[in-house]
Parts: sequence; C-alpha cells; structure tokens
Amino acid sequence: MTNQELQQIIGSWQPELEFTEEESQFLNIQVPAKHLHNLMARLKSDPETQFDYLFCLSGVDWGEKLGIVYHLESTTKRHIVVVKVTAEERETPVLDSVYDIWATAEFHEREVFDFFGIKFINHPNLKRLFLTEDWIGYPLRKDYEDETNMILY
Amino acid sequence: METEVVHTNFKSEEYFINMGPQHPATHGVLRLLLTIDGEIIKKVEPDLGYIHRSIEKMCERDSYQQIVHLTDRMDYLSANINNEAVCLAVENALQLEIPERVKVIRTIIGELTRISSHCLWWGVMGMDVGALTTYFYGFRDREMINDIMEETCGARLTMNYNVPGGLMLDIHPNFVKRVKDFIAHFKTKLPEYDRLLTGNVIFKKRTVGVGVLSKEDAISFGASGPVGRASGYSCDVRKHHPYSAYDKVTFNESLKTEGDTYARYLVRIQEMWESLSIIEQLIDIIPEGEHRVKTNAVIKLPKGEYFQKVETARGELGVYIISTGTKSPYRLKFRSPGFSNLSLLNHIAVGGKIGDLVATMATLDLVIPDIDR
Repeated sequence: MTNQELQQIIGSWQPELEFTEEESQFLNIQVPAKHLHNLMARLKSDPETQFDYLFCLSGVDWGEKLGIVYHLESTTKRHIVVVKVTAEERETPVLDSVYDIWATAEFHEREVFDFFGIKFINHPNLKRLFLTEDWIGYPLRKDYEDETNMILY
Repeated sequence: METEVVHTNFKSEEYFINMGPQHPATHGVLRLLLTIDGEIIKKVEPDLGYIHRSIEKMCERDSYQQIVHLTDRMDYLSANINNEAVCLAVENALQLEIPERVKVIRTIIGELTRISSHCLWWGVMGMDVGALTTYFYGFRDREMINDIMEETCGARLTMNYNVPGGLMLDIHPNFVKRVKDFIAHFKTKLPEYDRLLTGNVIFKKRTVGVGVLSKEDAISFGASGPVGRASGYSCDVRKHHPYSAYDKVTFNESLKTEGDTYARYLVRIQEMWESLSIIEQLIDIIPEGEHRVKTNAVIKLPKGEYFQKVETARGELGVYIISTGTKSPYRLKFRSPGFSNLSLLNHIAVGGKIGDLVATMATLDLVIPDIDR
C-alpha cells in the first residue's frame, strides 16, 4: 500500500493524527500520548494495515520533551510506517506500554526506561535492564551529566 | 542393620539458580536467573549489562567514519555486515552513487562473513550438546576465511573494511583465487558437517521438538534471521529489502516450519549452502572500476531521519539515524537482532529442562556484545 493510501485509511480513524513524509523515507505519524494505545492496537488488528512486526522502538530526547519512535512493518503487506509520540512532562514522563500488542516491546521498553526514564503504564516488569538498580540518572538524556567522565567530549 | 528411609511427603519447591555470567554455554557474559522446580524451568530472566559500553551514546559524539569502527564491536562475528549497515545509511542520506564494484565486493565479503559466523556457531553448537569434535571442524574452515580477510582487509575479526563511500582498500590480487579455493574446499567439508552431527541420533534427541517457537510468536517477539525463518516466518532482509548486490543474485530463503531447535539448526546449515552459491555467482563478475568514491573529510548528513536494515548472520540489524545537519548524529539507535531474539528465550524455554535450555540458547546464536551495545 502506498503512503497516500495509508494516510487516508489511518487518518480516517482519528482526527488528532499529524502526518508527514518530510525528512524521512517513511510515512510518519505524530500521535498524542493519550491516543497512543488505541492507535497502536488498531494498526495491528485492522485488516487494511496489519502492522504485526514492531522492528524498532527507540527513545529520543527531543530537547524539551522525551519521546518514542516506533517503526512498524506488516509482514503480509510489506508496508512500513513510523509512529512518534512524546510524553507530556520531562521530569516524570509516562506513556502507555504496547507490550500487550507486540511482545518484543517488553524488552525494548525496559531499555528505554533504563536510558531515558520514561515510565510505561501496564508494563509487566519495569525495572532497569542494563544498568544497576542504584544508578542515578538516565544516561541517554541530553542533559545527563557523567560525573566519572567516562565518555569524553 | 540398615534401615531404609522412605520419603513419601517430599514437597516440591521452586528455587533460583544462576546460569552465568561465566557459564560456557552463554558464550559471553550473560547471566540468566532461572526459577526451577526440580529440573523443570519455570522462568528465565536475563540479567544484562555486564559489558554494556553505551555505543549509542558514544555515537552522539563521534563522526560518521568513527561510528563505523564502533559497529564491529557489537556483533563481532558479523563485523563486516554491521559496517555495511552504517555505511549504507550514510551513503543513502548523502545520495552517493556507489560503484558496482563496491556493491559486488561488499556482498561477497558479507557472505563470507556469514559463512564464517555460521561455522563458529556450528562448532559451539555441537560443543554445547556434548560433541567436542565439531568445534575443531568449524574452526578449521573458518580459519581459511579469516586468512582471506587478513590478506584483503588487514584484520581477522574486526575488519573495518567498509567506509562511507566504498571500501578502505581495493581487494588483494589473490582474493579471487583464494575465495575460489575456499569454495572448492568448503563444498567437500560441508557434507562432513552433516555426516558428523545432523543425522546423529543423540543430537536429534537433544534438539527435535525442543524450544518450539510458533510463527505468530516469532513475529510478535520480533525474531529475525534463522530464528524467525525456522518458524516459517519469511524475514530475510536480503529478499524483502535488497541492498548492495543482492538484487542481482538468485538464492533461496531457507525456511522451515517446525520452529524447534533442530529446525533452526537446519536453516543455518542450508544458509551456508546458499551463501556459497551467492559467492559463486558473483566472484567471476566483479566489475572493474573505483573501489571508493570521494566524500568530504567531515561528513554532515542533511537534516532528517534515516533507517537502514541489513541481514547479519544473526538477523535483522537496523540503524536509525536522526541528524540535525551536524557532523555527529543527534540520536543513533541500533536495532540489534540478538536483543530481540533473547527476549523470546523465556517464552520457549519454560517447561523444558536445563539441558534443553542450553541447546535452545545454542541455536538462538546469541552474541552478547550485540545485546549489551
């Protein structure tokens, strides 16, 4: 399915979505945090879209806000879409977990929690994945200060 | 007189056991927290981070040429293919026209890397289930590939042969001959692998029906590479999103439907044959031309987002670059195949025995630096 067709179908579900293809090779969807889980569930289950493969889940520090970028592909229809969401607050960012839609999200979300400190609602096992439990701060945030200076600039 | 003690009221009790971080079957510093009841596994929880170097954070500081060097410290057995992923992402972003010669050589080197990785996997797979001979067979044949790499790239493990814009050096004059020698040699040795291990009764008892992964679960857990294909899930990036010279060659995607440890084993054996066939198709038609196109000494990607996926020996490696137009990426994310493949371990190991877990882990073919990026 082409990006235009995808945009038409997905755009008819919810009015709040913003679409763009600028500066990216895929169709990008910006979704408000409160509609994230609904949209994701429908992207997977709708027979027109069938995005059953979450191949990349990346946390991004956009400066003022923290967000997640989901790369989705359909293994039957072979189209790709990118969903972006930002959390409301920078200090205590909270987003819905999508682990009940794609099982792979469980580990990826733990990684994001570890490095960006975004909390996921309904996540089954949200704790640090790579770093130790007593680690202070979230290293991949842009304002993280590394006191031991292990990564030199 | 001896008295026989009969225990009738033993209560079964769950308890924890540590596997790793120094366990030989984890092939690196991976610690698994096992919850077991008797010998039956109830839960597997991986504890990661023993060798996490935060490569993604380092990438935010480094130039694109430097990032290439970091990637072969992730999945060191697919070093060349990892390099290729970053190079392709940068080249696509700059819209560089890459010479045909580079594409063909990259494909040949990539397939040699895949064979060498699978040789090592086959060796340690046998060792994990108790057949020590396989280790020597696998390393013997891998050595020939390492020698080819040493001659052409100057290194045996972390080659750094790809650079944005092409190849660091042109191929060595002996390259074609030595690759042909290797193909002739390996075609006589690969059937030996089958004779030694594939049909072995003990080996089949250890692997058939163990660690079964269904196709739906494979997709949901983001499995890729041989792990996904053994479950009947067609996920070969070389087929679905061809890069370099993969659109010019014909090869079969090796698929099985059983989804068990034995199927994953067979898929990898089959892949070695396919890789040989790909190299054979290309080795005589390496086009003449430049081995590298000029790029600026300081590479700045245009503002935007770029994604490139390649098929490493372990599965789908994704490189996601967000650029703001400076000399380093604003954010760079590696979607590594091992990380997703590890996440399904709990799902397929529960209900089996500890011995089954060792066999299952062997066919997931985890490389820990790929998980602990």
